[in-house]
Amino acid sequence: MLAIARKLRESGVLGLNERNSDFIMRLNPRRLYPRVDDKVLTKELALEAGMAVPELYGVIRNQGEANEFGRIVEDRDSFVIKPAQGSGGDGILVVTGRSHRKRNTFRLASGMLISENEIKHHISNIVGGQYSLSGNPDKALIEYCVRFDPVFAEVSYQGVPDVRIIVYRGYPAMAMVRLPTLASDGKANLHQGAVGAGVDMSLGETLTGVLENDIVDDHPDTGALITGLRIPQWDFILQSAARGYDVTELGYLGVDMVIDRDLGPLILEMNARPGLNIQIANCAGLATRIARIDEIFKAGAKPAERARVARREFAAERQTSIDFD
Amino acid sequence: MKQQYVYGLSAFLAIVGLSVFGYKWQMLGFPLSKNQQTPVWTIESSISFESGPGSIKVNLLIPTLTPGFRMLNENSVSRGYGFSLNYGSGGREAQWAIRRADGPQTIYYRISVYEDPGTDQSDTTPPFPPPPVINEPFRTAVEVIVADVKEHSADPASFTSELLRRMNDPSPDTNVELLISDADTRAGFVESITTILAAARIPARMVHGLELQGRQRNAEPIAWLEVHDGDRWRYFNPLTGEENLPQRFFVWWRGNEPLVNVDGGSNVQVSFATQENHLDAVTIAETQAAAQGANLIDFSLYSLPIQTQAVYSVLLMIPIGALVMVVLRNMVGIDAFGTFMPVLIALAFRETKLLWGIILFTMLVALGLSIRFLLERLRLLLVPRLSAVLIVVVILMLMISLMSHQLGMETGLSVALFPMVIIAMTIERMSVVWEERGAADAMRAGLGSLVVAITAYVFMGLQWLEHLIFTFPELLLVVLALVVLAGRYTGYRLLELSRFKALAER
Repeated sequence: MLAIARKLRESGVLGLNERNSDFIMRLNPRRLYPRVDDKVLTKELALEAGMAVPELYGVIRNQGEANEFGRIVEDRDSFVIKPAQGSGGDGILVVTGRSHRKRNTFRLASGMLISENEIKHHISNIVGGQYSLSGNPDKALIEYCVRFDPVFAEVSYQGVPDVRIIVYRGYPAMAMVRLPTLASDGKANLHQGAVGAGVDMSLGETLTGVLENDIVDDHPDTGALITGLRIPQWDFILQSAARGYDVTELGYLGVDMVIDRDLGPLILEMNARPGLNIQIANCAGLATRIARIDEIFKAGAKPAERARVARREFAAERQTSIDFD
Repeated sequence: MKQQYVYGLSAFLAIVGLSVFGYKWQMLGFPLSKNQQTPVWTIESSISFESGPGSIKVNLLIPTLTPGFRMLNENSVSRGYGFSLNYGSGGREAQWAIRRADGPQTIYYRISVYEDPGTDQSDTTPPFPPPPVINEPFRTAVEVIVADVKEHSADPASFTSELLRRMNDPSPDTNVELLISDADTRAGFVESITTILAAARIPARMVHGLELQGRQRNAEPIAWLEVHDGDRWRYFNPLTGEENLPQRFFVWWRGNEPLVNVDGGSNVQVSFATQENHLDAVTIAETQAAAQGANLIDFSLYSLPIQTQAVYSVLLMIPIGALVMVVLRNMVGIDAFGTFMPVLIALAFRETKLLWGIILFTMLVALGLSIRFLLERLRLLLVPRLSAVLIVVVILMLMISLMSHQLGMETGLSVALFPMVIIAMTIERMSVVWEERGAADAMRAGLGSLVVAITAYVFMGLQWLEHLIFTFPELLLVVLALVVLAGRYTGYRLLELSRFKALAER
């Protein structure tokens, strides 16, 4: 038991207690939490900073406004409904289209049909606070449904794959691609059964994946190889993640990005308490990288510079040598 | 820096808690374990006499310094007598007085003591005794004996032993024989020894005490010899010369004076009766502390009304449950619903007993969950739905109670002790997790809650721990210190070791 603990400590694996007390409590002051916990606010801040986010169609703030739903999505066929203060991807409804025969019946990402009334009930639940972190009344967001880039088409089962980047004091430290599976019901959350694949920070290329704490090489549903996929516009993604720090001022931050077929990388949401499974996906400890960032930290460095440093510092160890461009 | 504050704070809390605990335990004698009984001896001396025509004054020597024993209380019973306590040359003296009395009189003096090895002879060092005035021919005999014994001894203790050996010799020499010729009682014998010791300038005195054992109706005071060796008083058996005290020897009075002195009465008889009782150690400690004026005791939980005490004996275990909770969640890493839900469930388990508690809890949650899923179809808003679940939980509890009563299983009635609001919240939370993350996650967290609740129950049910916390509530500060320390525990959780195992193997 102690031997395992020592080995983990040696390879710089971060534990929950250490993450909570040494990083989240120290670097993420509570007053800044609303910036990431309230997705409406996150979106506003990101837009102000000129970052790309999925377009917001409308916000439903109370039960009465639930009836506005029909009007908000009047001329949209696909959209996403999510709680502004949801956690862990709970309460997200992805609508990909409408029924051909009845306009007020929608088709979910899973292919199931859902009536407008059922959606309104879901919105009521969101507004009532069922999915919010504290159980307090919440807002429901209706936003653009990302059409994801075909690069991950083979390794996703429905849903939207996204890229999660841990940003420590403004420097991207570690990244993974989260691939939805049948078990995760199209959601890109690891604890719901999605596959996470580590990412080589220097190239933006996927490494091995992790499914429920086990290391895997292929997608459990599609069988396609997870490793070796090149993430498009990697540099831009890293820079956006680094800018997430400037927007939120959170020293320990998880930035979730999706890559839209047409719009490129978009910031989906940010997280003040990003999980630790990313370490398993990358077969690497976060503590080591955090210590390295503390060494090279330079106050006032621009996001682009921080992204470049991350690419230089955190290349995955590989057998073959790679030429840097 | 912060780390040091945390260590400092918890060290401070622990030290305060432990030192108050230590004081109460060591100095005031609060017992560490429940039902610790201390034997308490009640010694009653009764003085009976025939009253004379005039006023009567009774003087009784009573215990002052009692090595090995501590006084719990004392009282006197007499009819119409005025009572006062005085300090005389030989120690405390009780005095009863009455202007006029008719017929035979009996006066009682009663003292309760308990054994306390800590009580030592705290008497002051006596001055060297003045040379006694002795008439011839005894004087020469004493001088010869003293000179002779001095030859064969080194210090007061060995002098005493040697002297006693000679005095008890079956064939004594002529000097000794002369001295003990008129000592016909044991007391008289001891008295003559003290005289010889005084002649040798060794402080010595006679002590009279009772050997406490069980119930005695007529206990005889025994005379013993007490010799000061310059440091402390030492006890010698006057008949054997051995240095010892009889088992449970309770010193009643010292000196050569008679025990009782009755002015204006005749035919005086004094008798002692002893009795052994067992008293709760806590009671004794409290009486003792009150006598010493320790304010701490005013804040003891034992001073509360019994019913309130019962409530607190349960409430004080909640911090223990919280500590268990902290360890299981932050150090082991078990998932559970709600922060304190498992502790409250554990509290309910105390009443229902474990097996039934688990059965009832599982039944309640399972039934509640199924009804919650039915409610889901009605598409109720959150707060009304929660309230509906709560009402359903109450109805379910009622039904379980009624049904088990019909079946003759009275334990089922205790279902009413479960915190219903907490259970309703648990059901709601569990159903949300069930829908959002699947049955496996919901079951795991549910099971985790149960595991934490059972562990907390086991710890909260420890009788010795309950007694310890109740008698020494200051130990809660130590619990607090531990929780504060755990708050800065940044090591891995036990379950994380298996979670990150793949990383360690690389």
